[in-house]
Amino acid sequence: MSFINYMAREINCKLVYYGPGLCGKTTNLQYIYERTNPEAKGKMISLATETERTLFFDFLPLSLGEIRGFKTRFHLYTVPGQVFYDASRKLILKGVDGVVFCADSQIERTEANLESVENLRTNLAEQGYSLDKLPYVVQYNKRDLPNVASVEELRQMINPTSVPDFEAVARTGVGVFDTLKAVAKLVLTELKKGGNG
Amino acid sequence: MVNPQMVMYEEEFNQIQTVVDRLVRDANAKVVFIVDKNGQLISAAGDIDNVDTTSLASLTAGNIAATGGMAKLLKENEFATQFHEGEKANIHIQLVGNRVILVVIFDSRSSLGLVRLRVKKASEELNHIFETLLKKVQEPGADSPFAEITDEDIDNLFND
Repeated sequence: MSFINYMAREINCKLVYYGPGLCGKTTNLQYIYERTNPEAKGKMISLATETERTLFFDFLPLSLGEIRGFKTRFHLYTVPGQVFYDASRKLILKGVDGVVFCADSQIERTEANLESVENLRTNLAEQGYSLDKLPYVVQYNKRDLPNVASVEELRQMINPTSVPDFEAVARTGVGVFDTLKAVAKLVLTELKKGGNG
Repeated sequence: MVNPQMVMYEEEFNQIQTVVDRLVRDANAKVVFIVDKNGQLISAAGDIDNVDTTSLASLTAGNIAATGGMAKLLKENEFATQFHEGEKANIHIQLVGNRVILVVIFDSRSSLGLVRLRVKKASEELNHIFETLLKKVQEPGADSPFAEITDEDIDNLFND
């Protein structure tokens, strides 16, 4: 649910990075944080365990610039990927405007990807959202590893509805901003339609 | 639609800001702010230059969401009030009308009793303002200012 503030002349939207454990959601945010001008970003917050696994969420506020005199601000969140944190994952999805599904391209993570995308669909439905109606993009991460599935295979499994998808290596930043821009664009387009809520 | 679109107009913003400004004085608070349940900062007052209100807003919403999750498991509706006591700073968090979150940060110059008392009054006023606001948003004709933007506007935002 975006927030339009006429007084401050700004619009705030919430983006959530979803995906199985260790697929690179936090790494996406870290790369965005490192490569964004200081004036366009706030502090990045990571609620993580001692072993740097996301416990609750990561949070990064970003300003993208102005549209028709309105500042556009995006709040980026990640969910904890590990299966047993499902209760927390549901909470992060509240009020979401756009979703990035970050898939781990390694063949051995196929099942984890499928389970996670199914979990995303279920948790969204619980909040009254449909994944098919929400601004949604898919990222195939870790393309630099040797044991990856082909993009065609991944597409068939994870992206049957053919939403915009991107190959990425979040560690080095490949595809990270393409993914972000794509989902941000979809969110703004949805706002334009007035169908957001 | 899951939730109505959150929109803030000048009239209601000024009313909210008046309540928040007064609460800072009446409760001897350091900082008072209002956040919606999704973590968007709505209004803030007090010594806000020395705190990161954006981060606090997001964490407060996370906190309320987590507490709400616990309440649900215990078959409670909500835990509407939370209080965190630190060595120097204390935080009082109040859910207002199950819609927005009122946060008061205070130190030894105030007390929990005083904060509670003032928060109670402010909550009632805020609840009333937000109810009016919500009605206004749901009225037909309250179009999004984004209805008129073009694809080109959106593209321009992403031109490096």
